[in-house]
Amino acid sequence: MLILLTGLLLGGTYTLIALGLTLQYGVARIMNLANGETLVAACFVTFWLYTGYGINPLLGLLVIGPGAFVINWLIYAWLMQPLVKRARNRGMLEVDSILATFGLLFLFQGLMLQAFGGSYFNYEFLARPFSIMGDSFGLNRVVACVAAAVIAAALYVFLYHTDRGTAVRAVAVDPRAARLVAIDVRRTAAFAFALGGAITACAGTLLSTFYTFNTSMGVLFTMKALIIVIMGGVGDIRGAVLAALVLGLTETLVASLLDPGLTLAANYALFILVLLFRPQGIFGKRPA
Amino acid sequence: MNIPRNELLAVGAGLAGAAVLAFLPLVTEGFWLSVSVNIMLYAAICTAWALFSGPTHLVSLASAAFFGVGTYSVAIFIDVLPFPALVLIAVAAGALLAILVGLATLRLSGVYFVIFTLGLAELMGQIVTWVQTNFGGTIGLYIFTDLTEAHLYWMLLALTVIVFMTGWLINRSRLGLALRIIGNDEAVARHVGVDTARARIILFAVSGAFIAVAGAIMAPRYSYITPDAAFNPMTSFLVVIMALLGGTRRLWGPLVGVVPFTLVMDFISGHFPNQTAVIVGIAFLAIVYVLPDGVTGQLESLFRRRRPTDQGLLATTVEEGR
Repeated sequence: MLILLTGLLLGGTYTLIALGLTLQYGVARIMNLANGETLVAACFVTFWLYTGYGINPLLGLLVIGPGAFVINWLIYAWLMQPLVKRARNRGMLEVDSILATFGLLFLFQGLMLQAFGGSYFNYEFLARPFSIMGDSFGLNRVVACVAAAVIAAALYVFLYHTDRGTAVRAVAVDPRAARLVAIDVRRTAAFAFALGGAITACAGTLLSTFYTFNTSMGVLFTMKALIIVIMGGVGDIRGAVLAALVLGLTETLVASLLDPGLTLAANYALFILVLLFRPQGIFGKRPA
Repeated sequence: MNIPRNELLAVGAGLAGAAVLAFLPLVTEGFWLSVSVNIMLYAAICTAWALFSGPTHLVSLASAAFFGVGTYSVAIFIDVLPFPALVLIAVAAGALLAILVGLATLRLSGVYFVIFTLGLAELMGQIVTWVQTNFGGTIGLYIFTDLTEAHLYWMLLALTVIVFMTGWLINRSRLGLALRIIGNDEAVARHVGVDTARARIILFAVSGAFIAVAGAIMAPRYSYITPDAAFNPMTSFLVVIMALLGGTRRLWGPLVGVVPFTLVMDFISGHFPNQTAVIVGIAFLAIVYVLPDGVTGQLESLFRRRRPTDQGLLATTVEEGR
């Protein structure tokens, strides 16, 4: 029971990371491998706001989310749009965006390394026990998971119950057809990329309340997010939520029953299973 | 086999160049020899990388994993087997790893492959650490041999020559033709009856085996081997940068990137070790935005623009298909 709940609490935060990536890849068609660096940067900004100015991380979300939105919009407009324009097909865009975001990954990582050094950071926020069904958990973990659920629910309502959100989903399905029904595809793609970045940054803020972080852990989180997105099916929100919970659960199981040093191996084991049996995602349809 | 004259000339020039380079350890030692070993190492790995990633356009980040597998093939068996046998083990281990990864990912769309290789070195490191702490006692392994830097240099030079010869032979074979068709248009390749997955997996295994051999050759240099050093993910990224900087359209393209970039990285890691990540980041951005075809590709198109070919469009398309 303890393992089950710990896994689900962790899965809540993973859900948010993966939702950010699935918006960027599924809608804007940019495979953003610097996604983990957005997460880590948000961890550090939250840390800095909290320890330097005493700003509550949950309030910090209100600054960090919009800030990440603007920065990611600029990244899309300046760096990604030229690639989208020159790409002759989807494969070319994929290779270009992978290489370009590698550049961003190392650039951000290098800059953060200079600002904060390579050591591990953490801070105390709501580090009180909180009991659920007889087992006690860190209150910060519970709060982070609840906040993640609220953000994910808000995203769901936005995507499925507003015109703007419907436009985003239309571009995800087929950019060319979306243009035929008068959707500004370029703007919508930029918006989805920025929104994805903002959601990933929020995940970073929530993660930092209970997790020890450092400047070079970004790639590991990018891997987790990618595996979740593929497992859930690209662009599929329900799939991403389910996959994130499965990943959180599997990781916690392996870490507590086998060895904490094998979490990445647990991720890969899931990844291989998905590739072998359901490469189109949990709810995905097999392509004809 | 009817071989065009210019290709024979290129092979001859390459062999002559290698013969000249073989004298290098006799005239220099110390710092410059060790730099030359690094250059030769990346020359072998990057050319082997481009054998696969050039024609398929799939960015492989598995180099560090292959390298580490090769290093560990030597580290585990060094006390019981002679060095040449260890190199053969590295070949088998590298090819096996490539085939397993290939079977899982290369039958699907390319992006799965890239993602899978992204964390592969880290995964291998984690598994080796786990096995060693639970079953082996210590994390590191010692390697003692009589091999000097000059020996490593000669072995890497020989490896580079073999990689080049293999690349040349593949280009002339049915496999090479199949790969060029896949690279240009996968749907077309499938329609004319090319088994795309099989061709990719074979080529990935060849490339991986060569990189593992490079790792095996470098093992004696470390003398004490840890998973973190053997499976250092940075190796994979450096290989991608060097090969793409040079350009992958020609077999010798990666060499053009390897020589300057190895020197630059050597200088940076010696003088400004904290700036490595920033330099790597800028290099990636430069490749995408400034030199999408690499230095050789850029020069080629400059050359072509200034002097239009007599045969016109057909010649250019044939040229590009190579």
